[in-house]
Amino acid sequence: MEVTEVLMAGFGGQGMLLSGKLLAYAAMNLGKEVSWLPSYGPEMRGGTANVTVCISERPVGSPYITQPTALLVMNQPSLEKFGVRVKEKGLIVVNDTLVPIKADRDDCSVLYISAGEIAQEAGTVRAANLVMLGAYVGWSGIVEKETTIEMIKKEFARKAKFIPANVAAFEAGFDKGLKLRGEG
Amino acid sequence: MTKVLMKGNEAIGEAAIRAGCLHFFGYPITPQSEVPEYLSKRLPEVGGQYVQAESEVAASNMIYGAAGVGMRVLTTSSSPGISLMAEALSYIACCELPVVVVNIMRCGPGLGGILPSQSDYFQATKGTAHGDFDIIVLAPSSVQEAVDLTIISFELAEKYRNPVMVIGDGMIGQMMEPVSFPDKEIGPPLDPGDWGLTGCKDRPRRIVNSLYLDPDLLYQQNIKLKEKFELIKQNELRFELYNCDEPYDLLLVGFGMMARICKTAIDQLKAEGLNVGLFRPITVNPFPYEACAEAIGRSKSVISVEMNMGQMIEDVRLANVEGKPVDFFGKTGGLIPAVEEVQDKVRESLAAMKK
Repeated sequence: MEVTEVLMAGFGGQGMLLSGKLLAYAAMNLGKEVSWLPSYGPEMRGGTANVTVCISERPVGSPYITQPTALLVMNQPSLEKFGVRVKEKGLIVVNDTLVPIKADRDDCSVLYISAGEIAQEAGTVRAANLVMLGAYVGWSGIVEKETTIEMIKKEFARKAKFIPANVAAFEAGFDKGLKLRGEG
Repeated sequence: MTKVLMKGNEAIGEAAIRAGCLHFFGYPITPQSEVPEYLSKRLPEVGGQYVQAESEVAASNMIYGAAGVGMRVLTTSSSPGISLMAEALSYIACCELPVVVVNIMRCGPGLGGILPSQSDYFQATKGTAHGDFDIIVLAPSSVQEAVDLTIISFELAEKYRNPVMVIGDGMIGQMMEPVSFPDKEIGPPLDPGDWGLTGCKDRPRRIVNSLYLDPDLLYQQNIKLKEKFELIKQNELRFELYNCDEPYDLLLVGFGMMARICKTAIDQLKAEGLNVGLFRPITVNPFPYEACAEAIGRSKSVISVEMNMGQMIEDVRLANVEGKPVDFFGKTGGLIPAVEEVQDKVRESLAAMKK
């Protein structure tokens, strides 16, 4: 597929906008064209928030995507709203720590990731967004693992004490994604 | 030049500094608040002045004053805020002062909503405020172009001593894309020439004033402004043609972010064997009528695609000198016409043509 369109959605405060930013940075680092378009409605912590990241070899056309090639969802409302929109043969990554339902899509690859539990083991449940990002990167190989870790370190440079747990969460998610890929 | 990932709003703020603009007056309003936020931090670092005014009315009169004393100056706002600035923009245009105004448009009318729109096309290009005057209006379609056009805006404002407006929808303000900036950290200061109120010691005094009670004198000023805009029409038209090299039966006309959505629609339609062209005006005032007419001339019909209820379509009709069928597609209120919807409209239109 020429353009990879990743929609990342969850409750405001769950960090999906940050995950999207890290993905965009990592892709940019590979010399790709990228765009990062957030939803910016009248939302607050606990409301819904999503971001669309486009990654392409050519300049990105429309950054506004209604039918993404990949969807990462942190909560049930996001899966219900966006699950049906993912393109055929696309990918859906579901945080099954918080999403009790299954993605009703036979024509897509669906990964169920216990992002909350994995993040907790890595050091903080708040890094669940990076477990999700890791799982996506591990499964898709869209960007390089090491580059993404560098981006995490840069992003948290002023809050250095959060770096180890966030990197560990990303790596744990990455390993899980890579393993699921291997299992087909 | 290294690229950085930046929000459109922040990139516009940085572009202004690179252009040598060290004075900003404004008031926060979604979806452009990151411009003042960014400049409130950056301007003091580079010896500039940031003032958060008590209202948009005040901010617009502050840029009037700053430009009057020969300072390069910027204000930014969003739709309802721009309406409040209208009066001052008319005064500034009459006094022939260089200012740059950025409108990161939200949906209206009224207080409307905070989501993206292109609903201020008429306001920007036709009826900015009272009196006979025109402002130059530029419409970027990427964060990089927002940077480039912001820098060009200052050049144009000073070359013609005229207000210049950059219009972008909320998406362009909020999205992040890789951008590069000119190497020079801060451009040279503005040359106040023979007009800036820089202190009249050892020279005759200068007056910045838009009150002309003598009709002959005011008419002379009206003619001067008109002639100036004719010159701008000759020299400063900018536009882009996309996928227009091969023959096409249908031409889309779109500006700003809508043109990006059209491009993706066009690329995918091409894979289906449907060739559709795009004309994107970059200067929406003055509108590149002749170039648009030429692009329409090579098509059987044309659709104006806008994130509003149909505004630029009036300019497309003016450019349509051969009387081809002109249609409209768009929506607003905070809803964005999607790639798939543009494609459906194109397929429907091409199918109707074959009947």
